[in-house]
Amino acid sequence: MEKLIWAFLVGGTICAIGQIMMDVFRMTPAHTMTTLVVTGAVLGGLGLYEPLIEFAGAGASIPISSFGNSLLKGALNEARQNGIIGVLTGIFEITSAGISAAIIFGFIASLIFKPKG
Amino acid sequence: MPKRKKLTTAQQDYANTAKALEPKRPVVKNVLMAFVVGGLICTLGQILQFIFINYFGFEESQAGNPTAAVLIIISALLTGLGIYDHIAQRAGAGTAVPITGFANSIASAAIEHRSEGYVLGVGANMFKVAGSVIVFGVFSAFVVAIIKILINGVGGL
Repeated sequence: MEKLIWAFLVGGTICAIGQIMMDVFRMTPAHTMTTLVVTGAVLGGLGLYEPLIEFAGAGASIPISSFGNSLLKGALNEARQNGIIGVLTGIFEITSAGISAAIIFGFIASLIFKPKG
Repeated sequence: MPKRKKLTTAQQDYANTAKALEPKRPVVKNVLMAFVVGGLICTLGQILQFIFINYFGFEESQAGNPTAAVLIIISALLTGLGIYDHIAQRAGAGTAVPITGFANSIASAAIEHRSEGYVLGVGANMFKVAGSVIVFGVFSAFVVAIIKILINGVGGL
């Protein structure tokens, strides 16, 4: 139960940071998302993102910043096993489910739905 | 943002007037809205994760995959029905930053360009926004991974 509250607070805070980037620094949504992804990868490199996920669960793993962290984690895990080529083979290992699902269901949506207004 | 060139006085006047007349963004309200909606989406993700761990026997490290998949399906469906964009107008980053926003950017681009055909429209435009996220995500992860490996040595990762 406690974890739900932390997920809400941490996830909400990351989204609020995104909103501040959009409103105060006048960034487009694409710039905001891109910046958050890069931030996630850098925080992952510094070893700060995993503890945040440990602590806040989905609050840290659902925002897009975790995408950068997961890319890095996949690359490093695979590199540990297979040497430096693992950076290339492992980079999409963890994020594969998310990217594949987004492509597949996005495509299905385009088969079913017509654009609105 | 375009590079600011030397403006003539008339242009400067115009720029100042335009800036003064631009509607003020309700920043505090927007940030609060993003916080609440984003927080709720993450809470939903946490609930799904609990369900997958406790009722479907996923390990904690693996439960993120089905959770993300379910959120993406919900997001694609709501995007197709036009509901997601409706929420996004009020919630801003609250709907854009979670993984549902990533799925929404793909699904909405796919639906929007459907009239241009499935190959040149849907296929070619799907990653209009999501593409930059993937490109910069992969490249930054690559750089960070290489730096980490150089610092630690491949053996002692």
